[in-house]
Amino acid sequence: MVRYYLERLTQSIITLLAVVTLSFGMIRLMPGGPMEMMRARLIRQNPDLGMDRINRLAENYVGFQPDRPIHEQYIEYLTMLAQGDMGDSYEFGRPVVDILAEALPWTAFVMSLSLLLMFVIAIALGALMAYREGSRFDTSWTVTSVTLTSVPYYVAAILLVYVFGYQLGWLPTGGRVAHTAEAGLNGEFLVSAIRHAVLPVASFVITGFGALAVAMRGNSIQVLGEDYMRVARLRGLSERRISFRYVARNAILPMWTSFLIAIGAMFGGSVILEEIFSYPGVGYYMLQAIEMRDMPLMMGAFLVITIGIIIGVLVADLTYGMLDPRASRGGGAQ
Amino acid sequence: MTESTRDVTDGGETVGIESLGNDRSPFDQVSETTLSRKERLQQKYDRLIVAPGRILWSDWRARVGAAIILLYVLMGTVGVWLTEPTQLNDAPRLLLPFQDWAHPLGSDGNGRDLLRLTIHATPHMLQMILAGAVFTTAFATAIGAVSGYLAGSATDRILMTMTDIAMTIPGLPLVIIVAVALEPESAWLIGIIVVINYWAGLARTIRSQVLTIRRAEYVEASKTLGLSTRSIVTKDIIPNVMPYIFVNFVNAARQVIFASVGLYFLGLLPRVSANWGVMMQDGYTGGALLTWSAAHWLLVPMVTIVVLSFGLILFAQGTDRIFNPRVRARHAKSTSDENTDDEEESTATPVGAIGGGR
Repeated sequence: MVRYYLERLTQSIITLLAVVTLSFGMIRLMPGGPMEMMRARLIRQNPDLGMDRINRLAENYVGFQPDRPIHEQYIEYLTMLAQGDMGDSYEFGRPVVDILAEALPWTAFVMSLSLLLMFVIAIALGALMAYREGSRFDTSWTVTSVTLTSVPYYVAAILLVYVFGYQLGWLPTGGRVAHTAEAGLNGEFLVSAIRHAVLPVASFVITGFGALAVAMRGNSIQVLGEDYMRVARLRGLSERRISFRYVARNAILPMWTSFLIAIGAMFGGSVILEEIFSYPGVGYYMLQAIEMRDMPLMMGAFLVITIGIIIGVLVADLTYGMLDPRASRGGGAQ
Repeated sequence: MTESTRDVTDGGETVGIESLGNDRSPFDQVSETTLSRKERLQQKYDRLIVAPGRILWSDWRARVGAAIILLYVLMGTVGVWLTEPTQLNDAPRLLLPFQDWAHPLGSDGNGRDLLRLTIHATPHMLQMILAGAVFTTAFATAIGAVSGYLAGSATDRILMTMTDIAMTIPGLPLVIIVAVALEPESAWLIGIIVVINYWAGLARTIRSQVLTIRRAEYVEASKTLGLSTRSIVTKDIIPNVMPYIFVNFVNAARQVIFASVGLYFLGLLPRVSANWGVMMQDGYTGGALLTWSAAHWLLVPMVTIVVLSFGLILFAQGTDRIFNPRVRARHAKSTSDENTDDEEESTATPVGAIGGGR
């Protein structure tokens, strides 16, 4: 058991290192890299400064000295990150960490709400479809699910913002909360935050639940046909106990992999979605940074998204070990 | 096929047993039914293409899916040849669809014919889809098959650690960064970049498929015969997970469409003259969101994408249903009940389905 946890943890750390290394390489290899850009910008802004001073300022902003040996730079980069320093954003003139720390809770809010709704709907619907297998309810929802799955979530997002935001004017088309709402645990703020999150969450849920529901339906049908179900019935267990302890549990466990993939998919998808809804989360800042070639912010956002996924997957993995004892013994989770 | 047999058959004629029976040693003898190369090709074609094709055609999902895919392929080949590329001010601006049959789908805010714009975006898209799907499936199959066959070895552990890392890195942000850094122009290259780490999830699932067959008798037999790992993997293992790979090829294709259109929509790839994502971007920035009268500017490319994706899903489901042994077995058990025919198999769906966002 302990070994399983250790393995998972080691793996997360290796992944993190790989991504940090990638980001380190990217910042240096980008054509017209950040050093050049920063220098050019500084010269434009302060034409009378000496070249030495410009270079030092640029290094300060970019956070590395290009003349030093690469391994020293790498170690310095790691130390910097470990201290929670991702450099300063050129565009916003603030530490990247500050910008992203402010944005992350909002992205996490939208993503976790979407994930939760998506899986609750999919599991309930899938189970119902399986119980009424072959009925009109089943057929029509199968068709609906496949159709909705064919829609890319950004297409759904554009349609939703078009209809409910611009045409009907029922919901806001951008931002995280209304400007008038004061931050804190008051009713107005919460309502406003939820109103702003409805459309992004809906775009993910509407296009995402179908495939999961169909998968859940398949799993449930398979479980319903297993021999142990017959045994359970013969033992005279109550229907309620059977549907929760036997069917639900065994049908939901295989969905775990989908859940892990969905965490990554949605965090990644936030880049497009937050842009469409002008929702200032991590993905939104990443895209802004790309448009303005703001390298520290861009790589910072990339790192934060990755760390978010690593933590999400790690937590999911560790809890899976608790739910399904087979996994920690090395048998189950393939 | 040994060298000597090839000598006999290469002439293209079938050689009867009498003609070589007497003056040759028994080892040189070949069976009576030796085939010419042409006949062998014919047989291979029958077994690999005609037979699965017929089975596929028996499922309505596969049929509808194949028809839709064929439509797009025709659009990208014949359609391009039949229609002229559209220019600025070919038509009145923002002409609504179904008003003027010279421009059936109407025109965009720059007076370009939307139907012709859509058609001329197809070849570029097909190239991307092909490149991305081939890359993903080939790479994932290689890694999944080798690591599944060698499960438990150091090679397996290294490959799987690599795979898990690739799987955790967020797909879309990674793709965006690589796309911005490389600014790829070629459709083939873009196709590969937009699914740069999509192979990982597929490699994992192929590995677990392989795990279930690597102890099969025929694999053990090949091992006892002393065949090389490479030959066992390519001759025994891969053909048996082929249907599964095929289904995932289709899913990878869908992923290429979602990701590339998304990137073009965000303007993160070098602009091309015709692409569905670029059309969406133009419509989006051109104010199609604000009025009903320009809505078709956005809707035409959207519907184009959704229909193709719908066709691919149906095709994948139909294929999965037919080739998946578990589904087939269940069908055999329950032929009396029409409705069980509707059962979904979960192997194909979740991977491609949620992949949309990556």
